[in-house]
Amino acid sequence: MEVVQIQRRLVDYTKSLFMEGFLDGQFLQLQQLQDESNPDFVVEVVSLFFDDSEKLLNELTIALDQPNVDFKKVDGHVHQLKGSSSSIGAQRVKNVCIAFRNFCEVQNIEGCLTCLQQVKQEYYLVKNKLETLFRLEQQIVASGGSIPMIEMGF
Amino acid sequence: MKYQYISDFFIALAYFSIPLELIYFVKKSAVFPYRWVLVQFGAFIVLCGATHLINLWTFTMHSRTVAMVMTTAKVFTAAVSCITALMLVHIIPDLLSVKTRELFLKNKAAELDREMGLIRTQEETGRHVRMLTHEIRSTLDRHTILKTTLVELGRTLALEECALWMPTRTGLELQLSYTLRQQNPVGYTVPIHHPMINQVFSSSHAIKISPNCPVARIRPAGKYMPGEVVAVRVPLLHLSNFQINDWPELSTKRYALMVLMLPSDSARQWHVHELELVEVVADQVAVALSHAAILEESMRARDLLMEQNVALDLARREAETAIRARNDFLAVMNHEMRTPMHAIIALSSLLQETELTPEQRLMVETILKSSNLLATLINDVLDLSRLEDGSLQLDLGTFNLYALFREVLNLIKPIASVKKLHVSLNLAPDLPEYAVGDEKRLMQTILNVVGNAVKFSKDGSILISAFVAKAELLRDPRTPEFFPVPGDNHFYLRVQVKDSGIGVSSQDIPKLFTKFAQIQSTAIRNSGGSGLGLAICKRFVNLMEGHIWIESEGLGKGCTAIFMVKLGIPERLNDSKLALMPKVPPNHGPTAFPGLKVLVMDENGVSRMVTKGLLVHLGCDVTMVSSSEECLRVVSHEHKVVFMDVCVPGMDGYEIAIRIQEKFTKRHERPIIVALTGNTDKATKEKFMRVGMDGLILKPVSLDKMRSVLSDLLEHRVLFEAI
Repeated sequence: MEVVQIQRRLVDYTKSLFMEGFLDGQFLQLQQLQDESNPDFVVEVVSLFFDDSEKLLNELTIALDQPNVDFKKVDGHVHQLKGSSSSIGAQRVKNVCIAFRNFCEVQNIEGCLTCLQQVKQEYYLVKNKLETLFRLEQQIVASGGSIPMIEMGF
Repeated sequence: MKYQYISDFFIALAYFSIPLELIYFVKKSAVFPYRWVLVQFGAFIVLCGATHLINLWTFTMHSRTVAMVMTTAKVFTAAVSCITALMLVHIIPDLLSVKTRELFLKNKAAELDREMGLIRTQEETGRHVRMLTHEIRSTLDRHTILKTTLVELGRTLALEECALWMPTRTGLELQLSYTLRQQNPVGYTVPIHHPMINQVFSSSHAIKISPNCPVARIRPAGKYMPGEVVAVRVPLLHLSNFQINDWPELSTKRYALMVLMLPSDSARQWHVHELELVEVVADQVAVALSHAAILEESMRARDLLMEQNVALDLARREAETAIRARNDFLAVMNHEMRTPMHAIIALSSLLQETELTPEQRLMVETILKSSNLLATLINDVLDLSRLEDGSLQLDLGTFNLYALFREVLNLIKPIASVKKLHVSLNLAPDLPEYAVGDEKRLMQTILNVVGNAVKFSKDGSILISAFVAKAELLRDPRTPEFFPVPGDNHFYLRVQVKDSGIGVSSQDIPKLFTKFAQIQSTAIRNSGGSGLGLAICKRFVNLMEGHIWIESEGLGKGCTAIFMVKLGIPERLNDSKLALMPKVPPNHGPTAFPGLKVLVMDENGVSRMVTKGLLVHLGCDVTMVSSSEECLRVVSHEHKVVFMDVCVPGMDGYEIAIRIQEKFTKRHERPIIVALTGNTDKATKEKFMRVGMDGLILKPVSLDKMRSVLSDLLEHRVLFEAI
């Protein structure tokens, strides 16, 4: 029964992530790609996302700290971050990236700094959530259960 | 005796001194013409003197020699005197005539002097006129013109007073408008039909008028005799007076009157040249005034045009702002409204899968139904705005007509059976099995029409019939602008949906297709519906070059909705292939493309991995590269498909596509190049097509999408997703 409870908790938790907009349909796609031949696909992709994003956020902080900000470079980094976040379905991060890019286009440094703050915030939030999710999944697997597939019709 | 001596002596002296004097004075004056005569005269006098001198000796006894000398001298003297006398006869008249000529010349000189004075005055007057004209013409302001005229005339002719009388608006009076001395002319008026004034108006000359005339009585009465007064007419020309063939002399009707007064205590009189000056000036003033009037009018017209221009510009900018605001709003609404909708629908359907009590299930079903309705409404509104923009285009494709109708029936039967309505479908036998058109929107239209029939019927039956419209029946007398043209590769599908519901009254029929217009009947209002459905149907039907209308015999008598649309006849009827066209049900079955070698190029590590994951899941053998150079290096004829992410700024995916194409000369060796992009505008799509990419997929890519994309690609070698 414990497994069932954890499974239910996982389902509830995943639903809440979707409701609050942290994740979108793309994440489900990723989960669909995971199968016996590729059992850790989602974890691998998400870990790669974490590493990439940390690097990008560092670069962005440095770039926006310069006296003469190179907006093209900043825009490039934000574009990368947007691409990565949309590939795994980190919806809120992606949305902030879109706004960030707009500020880069008009070269509004105040807006960029605000967006950087926001992006960092969102990123840490979603990282936290995903880590919790993976922990739940690990618990289920450790208890011998199977991870429930979430079918959502969009 | 002695006195004779003395007198003779003096005579001789005088006789000798006169020529000396003469010679002296003639030498002094250069002009004297008669020198020869002078010589003669001199000789004559000398000899007379000599004679008298010799006479001195003859008073006494004198010798023979003296007598001889005396005789000779006397002879000579006589000769010379005679010659001189003769000469003088010629000369004296000449001398006299010189005198008269001199007098004559003096008179002439005096006369010329006088004339010179006159000419000078005239020339000065002429100069004044030129200067006056110049002054008048140099300004285009009416008041300045008139003021300058009066001032300059006053100065030139040394006038006491100079006044201008203008006709009033009514044309019956002359009003004092400008004067020279009096600073503020009071609105003095004089009736226009005065005999003197008429006299002045009828002639183009300046005419002397009596100082007692009302126009001349504008100064306080002087102590002395008032000076002479002259009046001249000034024609007031209007734009309309200038006809090409007909110069203004004949067509002016209005005149102003210029009155000039000489100083009152001088005895001056008006000279002819002064009158001429006044006439010339009056003409010039008329011309200058007309120029000023023309200029005023053209400036007014130009100002008006500029104002209108500004207003139009403003209106245009406002319209553009409004359009932009609306587009922005729609874009936002599209995204913002759909996202939560999807969340609601997704989670509700998820909820349905879990364990629920019956009440909970009912609640969830209601939530799902309502949110589906809302989603449909959002889509409808978006569609409608796109339809109005004109940016909606039909997605043409070959589809099974019979299957479409069957599906409509299947969809509508449950709802109809709940309402105890009987639905029957009647398809004509000559209806083709397959047609070319926009399947989705045709279905939407039929569903909407049938749905309305169901919605507005409480009981009874609904009959759906579809057949090919025959030529005679194509023309509907009610819609003369609908001209269906029968042809070889298309046909007109006619669908009739007859219901036995509440019907529509005849005056409401035109309103049915207006968006948001609701029929006021409460029965209809309670049945729901936002009023958009039929409007959208009408637009779809119009896009399909057809026509839709509703017939009803009145309230309570049911109604029939009829529409005709143009559908194409598919060229090759490959039945087996087309039967497969309906969507492949999603399955996580065995890999669809075993061993297919593909190349994925993406700069972004995460998205690269996701794409690889997708393709690996489908069974492909994936090679990953992260830059264009690497891509060009690695690509070989073994790779069947190249997936290229092209939404990275700075990296030109188009160029890479071109380079890959160059690398492979034989077309069948070349891999299929597919672009992955998040960019959805038409320009990008066209650019890709131009560059020669074989396909374009919009990110994010779902598993099903990737699967169908690959299968389409490998079959047709081309896929361009409708954007």
